[in-house]
Amino acid sequence: MLSTRDLVLCALFAALLAGLGMAPPIPLGFLPVPVTAQSLGVMLAGALLGARRGGLAVLLFVLLVAAGLPLLAGGRGGIGVLMGPTGGFILGWVAGAFVTGLLAERFATGVNPVRLFAVCAAGGIAVVYAGGIPWLSLVAGMPLEKAAFGSMAFLPGDLIKAGVAAFAAAAVRRAGVLPAHA
Amino acid sequence: MIEFRSVTHAYGDRPVLHDLSVRLAERRVAIVGGNGSGKSTFARLLNGLLVPSAGSVLVDGLDTRTDGRAVRRRVGFVFQNPDMQIVFPTVEEDVGFGLKARKVPKEEIGRRVAAALDRHNLARHRHQPAHQLSGGEKQLLAIAGVLVLEPAHVVFDEPTTLLDLRNRRRVIELVRELPQNAVVVTHDLDMVMDFDRVLVLEDGRIVADDVPSVAIPAYVKRLS
Amino acid sequence: MLGLYLHRESPVHRWPAGVKLGGLLAVTAVVLALPGVWGALAAGALGLGLLPAARLPVATVLRHLRAPVAMLALLFGVQALLAGTGWEAALVAVLRFAALILLATLVTLTTRVTDMVELFERVFGLLRPVGVNPAKLALMLALTIRFIPLLAEQVREVRMAQQARGVERSIAALFVPLLVKIFTMADDLAAALEARGYDPADRGP
Repeated sequence: MLSTRDLVLCALFAALLAGLGMAPPIPLGFLPVPVTAQSLGVMLAGALLGARRGGLAVLLFVLLVAAGLPLLAGGRGGIGVLMGPTGGFILGWVAGAFVTGLLAERFATGVNPVRLFAVCAAGGIAVVYAGGIPWLSLVAGMPLEKAAFGSMAFLPGDLIKAGVAAFAAAAVRRAGVLPAHA
Repeated sequence: MIEFRSVTHAYGDRPVLHDLSVRLAERRVAIVGGNGSGKSTFARLLNGLLVPSAGSVLVDGLDTRTDGRAVRRRVGFVFQNPDMQIVFPTVEEDVGFGLKARKVPKEEIGRRVAAALDRHNLARHRHQPAHQLSGGEKQLLAIAGVLVLEPAHVVFDEPTTLLDLRNRRRVIELVRELPQNAVVVTHDLDMVMDFDRVLVLEDGRIVADDVPSVAIPAYVKRLS
Repeated sequence: MLGLYLHRESPVHRWPAGVKLGGLLAVTAVVLALPGVWGALAAGALGLGLLPAARLPVATVLRHLRAPVAMLALLFGVQALLAGTGWEAALVAVLRFAALILLATLVTLTTRVTDMVELFERVFGLLRPVGVNPAKLALMLALTIRFIPLLAEQVREVRMAQQARGVERSIAALFVPLLVKIFTMADDLAAALEARGYDPADRGP
C-alpha cells in the first residue's frame, strides 16, 4: 500500500517533470542543441523512487498532459501530442521509469554510478525507445529499422542524460534523504 | 489538557528531547528556544506526528502512541511554511480537504468551508489557485484549513516567521481571539507577551517555565 | 487549471469528456484498420466539419497543429527523397495521423482539464478489483497540480543559484539540490496531510 509520503513523493516527482519542462533548455557539453531535462527526470524517478512509485509519478504526469495541460517542454500538451510522431516516446516514459526502478531495486541499490548508469540507460533509453520507435514507424509509415536509425540521433544526448541521472541519483542517495525502503 | 510523561526523543542516535515531564492546561502556551533546542520536535509530539522514543504524550487522556488518529482529530497543527501545508490546487478545495478526509457530508463541507473562507477574508479567492495568493493570505489559508476542522487544541509551529509586519499582526490577532487552547512555538517574543505560560527549551530540556514576564527576561538573559 | 482548453458556447464543448475521448479512440481504431487513404480522408473531413461546430478560432487550431504537421511533413519528405519506393505508404500514414491529430486537438481544446481528469479517475475506478484505489489517484493528481507552480519555482531558483556560483552548465548541479529538497518537502507535506486527518489506509468512498 502507498503511504502518505509515497503519494506525496509521486506527486512531487510528477510536478518536477512539469517544472523541468518549463525551464529553458540546458546547454549540454558538445551537443549542438540544448536539451530538455524531462527525460532525465524520468530516469531519476525510476532510480530514486523504485518501480511502482517511479512509474506512478510519470503516469500522473502523462495523464495530466493527456488531460490538456501544456506540461511538455515547449508548452506542448493534449492528446494530439501523444498521437503525434513522438507520442510513443512519451508514453514509453511510464514503462521506462517503471523498468528503471525495477532494475535499480535489483541491481543498483547502492551509490555505484556505473550500475546506476546501466539501469538508467536500460530503462530510460532502451525501454523508452522500444515504445517510441514502433509508434514513430506507424505514424510516419516508415520501416521499423529506418525509424530506429533516425531515433539514434537522440542517443548521444540520452546517454549523457543517463550519466547525469546516475551521478545525481548517487549523490542524492549519499545525502541520506531517502527513506529506508526506497 | 496535554501531558508529557518522561518524554525522550531521538532521531536515530541523535537525542533532541531529554526526559520531559510537563502538563499544559493553560489557554495560551508558548514554547521558545533557539535553533536546535528541540521546540519543533516538541510541537510535532503534541498531535502524534511524532511519537516519542520513550515516555508518552497524552492529549485529553488519549495516548498519541495508541490513539494517534483520535489525537489528530483533537489537535490541529499549523506549520511554519504554508506552502508545505496547502495541498490542493484551489483555495476552496484546500480548506475542504480535512473535512473530506473525515467523510463529513458534502453539504456540511460546503457550509463550513464557506463560513471559514468568510471568517478569514478568503471568500473572494475561493476559486483561485493557492499559489497566486500572497504570503500572508497563504498563511491564513493554511490556518483556515486547520480551524475548519474545529480542533480542541491548536499547535502553531512558528506561524509568524515568514510573514511581513502587517500579516504578522493579523496572525497574532487571530491567535489571540481563538476560542481553543493554543500552543505556539515561536521566536516572536512580542507575540507571547500576553500568553498564560512560556516554556523555554534549550538543548532538549526545559530551562524555564513561567508566566511571560518572568520566563522571557530569563530567556533573553540566557541568550546574551 | 485551464490548460489548453478554449472556452466557447458550442455543442462540441458540451459533449461529455467520455464521449469525446471514446469517439476519438474508436475513430483511431477504424482509421488504422481501414486500408488506403479513405480512413484518413474521412477522419480529416470529420475534423474539418467539427471545427466550425466547435466555434474554435481556426488560427488557434492551426497553431496547435503546426509543429506536429511540420514534423510529419519532414518525415514524409525524408522518406520520399531517400527511399524512392514506398513513399505511397508513408503518405497514407502521414495523412492518417495528420487527421487524427486534428481530431485529438479538437478534443483537447473543447474539454476542460477537470472533466478529463474526472474521466481518468472513473476509468481507473474500473481497476478497483485489482487493487487500484481511485481515491488515491485523484488525490495524487490534485497534489501534482498544486505542486507544479511550486516545483517550477524551485527549478528556477536552483538554476539561478547555480548561475550565481558560475556552474550553470553542470546539470548534475541542478538536480542534486532539487532532489534533496523534494525529499525533505515530502516529509513536511506528508506530515501536513496527516495532521489534517488524511489516513492512507482509507479505501475511499
